Amino acid sequence: MRAVDAIMECLKAEGVDVVFGLPGGANLPTYDAFVDGGIRHVLVRHEAGGGHAAEGYAKATGKVGVAFATSGPGATNVVTPIVDAMMDSVPTVFITGQVRTDLIGTDGFQETDTLGITMPVVKHSFQIRSPQEIPRAIHEAFYLARSGRPGPVVVDIPQDLSRADIDYEPVGDVHLPGYQPTTDGNAKQIRQAAKAMASALRPVIYAGGGVVNANAAAELTEFATADRFPVTCTLMGLGAFAAPHPQWLGMLGMHGTRAANYAMDEADLICCIGARFDDRITGKLSEFAPHAKFIHIDVDPAEISKNVPAHIPIVGDAKSVLAKLVKEYRALGDVDSSRMDEWWSRIETWRREHPLRYEDSADGEIKPQYMVQALYEATGGDAIVCSDVGQHQMWAAQYYHFDRPRRWINSGGLGTMGFGLPAAMGAQVGCPDQTVVCISGDGSIQMNLQELATCAQNEIPVKVFIMNNGYLGMVRQWQELFWDNRYSHVDMGSFPDFVKVAEAYGATGLRMTQKATLVEDMKAALATPGPVMVDVRVTREENTYPMISPGMPARDMVG
Amino acid sequence: MSVVGEPATKDRLSLEDLEATTNLRSGRKHILSILVENKAGVLTRVAGLFARRGFNIDTLTVGPTEDEQFSRITLTFDGAMHPVDQVTKQLHKLINVLKIRDLEPADTVARELALFKVAVEGPQRAEVMQVCEIFRGKVVDVTRRSVILEITGTTDKVEAFERMVRPFGLIEMMRTGEIAISRGRGET
Repeated sequence: MRAVDAIMECLKAEGVDVVFGLPGGANLPTYDAFVDGGIRHVLVRHEAGGGHAAEGYAKATGKVGVAFATSGPGATNVVTPIVDAMMDSVPTVFITGQVRTDLIGTDGFQETDTLGITMPVVKHSFQIRSPQEIPRAIHEAFYLARSGRPGPVVVDIPQDLSRADIDYEPVGDVHLPGYQPTTDGNAKQIRQAAKAMASALRPVIYAGGGVVNANAAAELTEFATADRFPVTCTLMGLGAFAAPHPQWLGMLGMHGTRAANYAMDEADLICCIGARFDDRITGKLSEFAPHAKFIHIDVDPAEISKNVPAHIPIVGDAKSVLAKLVKEYRALGDVDSSRMDEWWSRIETWRREHPLRYEDSADGEIKPQYMVQALYEATGGDAIVCSDVGQHQMWAAQYYHFDRPRRWINSGGLGTMGFGLPAAMGAQVGCPDQTVVCISGDGSIQMNLQELATCAQNEIPVKVFIMNNGYLGMVRQWQELFWDNRYSHVDMGSFPDFVKVAEAYGATGLRMTQKATLVEDMKAALATPGPVMVDVRVTREENTYPMISPGMPARDMVG
Repeated sequence: MSVVGEPATKDRLSLEDLEATTNLRSGRKHILSILVENKAGVLTRVAGLFARRGFNIDTLTVGPTEDEQFSRITLTFDGAMHPVDQVTKQLHKLINVLKIRDLEPADTVARELALFKVAVEGPQRAEVMQVCEIFRGKVVDVTRRSVILEITGTTDKVEAFERMVRPFGLIEMMRTGEIAISRGRGET
């Protein structure tokens, strides 16, 4: 069998139903195998689009996303999606073509050291040295991508080796002696954690993307409601705990709610599950949660005590650990919930005095926050929402309520502008029966706009809503707040005409400028078949609040 | 460690401020013995990990083991900036890393090899050779105007020897960096 046909067999054995990619010289043999391979391939317009589409697919479905690229520029174009997948722990496999083995190291045409360039930003990578290694490498790549803490794996295949004939036998087992992720969690530590939670007077559950990755939302809810534990989620964790809910404090961090951030600030015990105390969460680290002890549950031992020392560290998969934690908690018998009465009344005060708010326009102007609320209403809250990076991302996180996991897809760790549209495309391919919307900005959308052609050609009916303020809004906000209003290169004017662009790509282009009809107009856009791109004109200079200024403690939130 | 230069501040940073936050070294040395798969690129992964996490490597040696499937990397670094457990946890995430030991100095035999080329003529030669003998070193090359001396021992011993011969006129020094093995019957 040709090695490239074996690749197709391996992909099928791994349950892959779609690949996003773009062919080139070094992966011509592999692309020949797609002709009869029995695997759907979506031809993207830029390899970065393919990489982010694989991420969007993975985040929406929980399955491994796959992207193909050729050598050289093809491979360097997927570097951003690879880093993005690493930062946000997205299970992805990137299969890149490489020049012929005799050309490696000679600066051959379209040669680049793909392994070297990607080494710091992958979970693992393989360069094929013999065609016979290909099937095993691919299966190992999938196993690594999806197990433990998920992440991107690169398989780099020299063109000549992919042309070879090999004796293909299905690979049943994967043998990686240096890789044994701990999933169960130490029973004694879990019991300790249950006891600590039972005696805490001011506890907070702080959950992150790890809960989503582990499909542990139900277990999280069960644990939180086993008592009256207040819950907050990170940007990556939204949807892991259904919002709205009486125990839901909202998102925490730089643009989180005051209730969530103040609760962290005054908590005596914080139970962190699948999150990593990022600087966007902690603010000034030395003044972060000064009264708290920490339970830290994570499948990656290196995250525990990396930024904040854990008093009760638990290495394990969130689903398995939370299930045991619930059991242990219940086994404690009658725990007096009234111990948290005072805590809850404090939280209620914060909620009452500091809800998320903005000043709505008196005329027909669309405030960006209202735009998200309108979209929530127009979709009935029932959509997969993908976002790009910037102010619109924060407003979407604040004002669109996610009642399930895998409904909110965005680039958190890396903050990749240009993520939204291709990710939405991937999510829609993975979930064809659901409404997939992309909330973007006029800056972000232009960074991977070419994928609108992919959507049009393949009838991928994503609905893109551009929050158009004519600025790189978040940078403008920082220049206004912290650099004395000295705006430096943030004004993007009203270019391009997004309606015409949409039409030129074969999608439907719409413009919305009126608040009064916005919900109805959005409903009409959502009901339009095929891909739609909507240019929503919003207030030009609006700031995202509340905000923990960088390097400041949470209690000094502004706005 | 204090935070300087947040993007939301317009503070200008002095070079002293930057150095104060980036160059804290306690001098507490750790020897890590790392058993890795003998595959292409593994050393790059280990070295690259140190570079991107900002861990400073002091010495690093790589060699074969009794089993050809594996190689041994012995690495010394300063544990001040980054706690050793963070270093080892990050190393464990590398798929090709099988085993890591943070060797206790008291339970470890550590050695390095060093070659010194010293400029000596006439009566000084005898004097240098005498120092060499005290350190149980060897003279491995002699010319009219120089000698090459070979010393094996702990880093402390090699450094002590360096201090002794430097005044004579040290032309070059080459050191391997330490390798280390745990004492007793058990495997390192």
